[in-house]
Amino acid sequence: MIRGGRNWFLKLALAGVCLPAVVRADELPRRLADTGLYVGGGTQVRPDVLPFSPQYPLWSDGAAKRRWIWLPPGTRIDASQPDAWDFPRGTRLWKEFAHGRALETRFIERADDGSWRFGSYVWNAEGTDALLAPATGLRDLPAPNAPGAHYTIPSVDDCRACHEGAPVPVLGFSALQLSPDRDPLAPHAEKVAGAVDLRVLAARGLLRNLSPELLAHPPRIAAADPAERAALGYLHGNCGNCHNDEGPLAVLDLTLAQRVARPSPVLSSIVGVQSQFVPPGAPRDAVRLAPGHLASSVIAARMSSRDPLQQMPPLGTSAVDTEALALVSRWIESFPNHSSN
Amino acid sequence: MQSLKMLVRIALVVAASFARAGDPAPAAGDEIARGKYLVTTSGCHDCHTPLKMTPQGPAPDMERMLSGHPEQLEMPPAPQLPAGPWIVSVAGTNTAWSGPWGVSFTANLTPDKETGLGKWTVRTFTDTIRTGRHLGRGREILPPMPIPAYKNFNDQDLAAIFAYLQTIPAVKNKVPAPRAPIAATAGNTQGH
Repeated sequence: MIRGGRNWFLKLALAGVCLPAVVRADELPRRLADTGLYVGGGTQVRPDVLPFSPQYPLWSDGAAKRRWIWLPPGTRIDASQPDAWDFPRGTRLWKEFAHGRALETRFIERADDGSWRFGSYVWNAEGTDALLAPATGLRDLPAPNAPGAHYTIPSVDDCRACHEGAPVPVLGFSALQLSPDRDPLAPHAEKVAGAVDLRVLAARGLLRNLSPELLAHPPRIAAADPAERAALGYLHGNCGNCHNDEGPLAVLDLTLAQRVARPSPVLSSIVGVQSQFVPPGAPRDAVRLAPGHLASSVIAARMSSRDPLQQMPPLGTSAVDTEALALVSRWIESFPNHSSN
Repeated sequence: MQSLKMLVRIALVVAASFARAGDPAPAAGDEIARGKYLVTTSGCHDCHTPLKMTPQGPAPDMERMLSGHPEQLEMPPAPQLPAGPWIVSVAGTNTAWSGPWGVSFTANLTPDKETGLGKWTVRTFTDTIRTGRHLGRGREILPPMPIPAYKNFNDQDLAAIFAYLQTIPAVKNKVPAPRAPIAATAGNTQGH
């Protein structure tokens, strides 16, 4: 795999393709084209930039997404901690958001000092160029095909709010998210041609210290039935980045993140557990998940709200994910029948 | 609301000027003393310590020091103001504020583990002030909290403030959740 990476390096060099410039520590390139995603000045993705597709994607108001990762030639991801992969310095990831046409591409990069930088690029109407958005973001850009016909670019603070809530700020690129044992009921999961998964990464030698057990038995969320698996997976992909037992929100004792390395205390942290947030009009002893009682379950109430004071997730969405809400609601309503109860 | 934010920014820019970059880490005692200094000079008590009426007029109720809006004080619906330059209503305790953002209640900053900052870490506190979001990643913190000024505190000053707040008496006081603006309440439960 290291050899493969070097081959790409050589092929590109022979083809006269400019390799991405090293990004200065204090700023990102002004143009997306200069981040190393594309060949030359066009919008053709470089062959050494790898597409991927997490099995439990984040809901972003129905935006179509494309995702890529690039690792510096000769480097590998340290997978010794399956839930907190250590990415090499220089790793770059992109995520493109589209409603009818591409609107935004988000970019994160690991700098030489180990820190991560975040930026968003805004596409022009022609889809030929994307420029770095201000660090404060851009609110309510016209977007006829988006919910409410507008689209908001997040601020860098908001990027950090989500990405730095997890043990590793790379979200959606993990042993569980890239498991070849994909969940067929996962809402909004996309099949992407050529997307790399855990086995492909291992075969290409882009992982080191990966437990062979994870290849023999790819990660899968333990659940009482397929619907519960999908519901827990959705909560993992959409809520677990912040609500986990290792990050800064561990103080809430609310875990929605699944773990490959050990059992995750998801159910024990929500079922029958009093909610610290009490929605207006709800009883003071409202619980996070009341088995069989959707109306008494704060998780469902917050998923179904887009009141900025109540909604979950609190940012990055202005439209309820009705498909996922239906999935989670059915799970809550049928919960007493589950053996995992 | 913009004018209110501007006033808050102007009034508290002095507080932000106390931030000093590059200072070496202080000893624990020094840090707590500096935190107390910053808390008492930056207006934290103004909103987070409820006012009570005394023969001399409103005064901070120091038995509830920095414990936020008293949970026993259930606020009726906020008055609806006519269109015009008056946009804010304030409870006599100075702990509940109504404006175009809805109704906000000042937070319990004492180290009570269930209702205050007792389980918080310095990172939780720093992230909250820096991002202007509850717990650093939740809903936006509402006016009149002067986040635009306070987010300019340097890390040492924020750590000092947090260290001091962890030493004050814990007060068990569950502050209510903020309320949405009246106009937004009806239509915001199923997205848009």
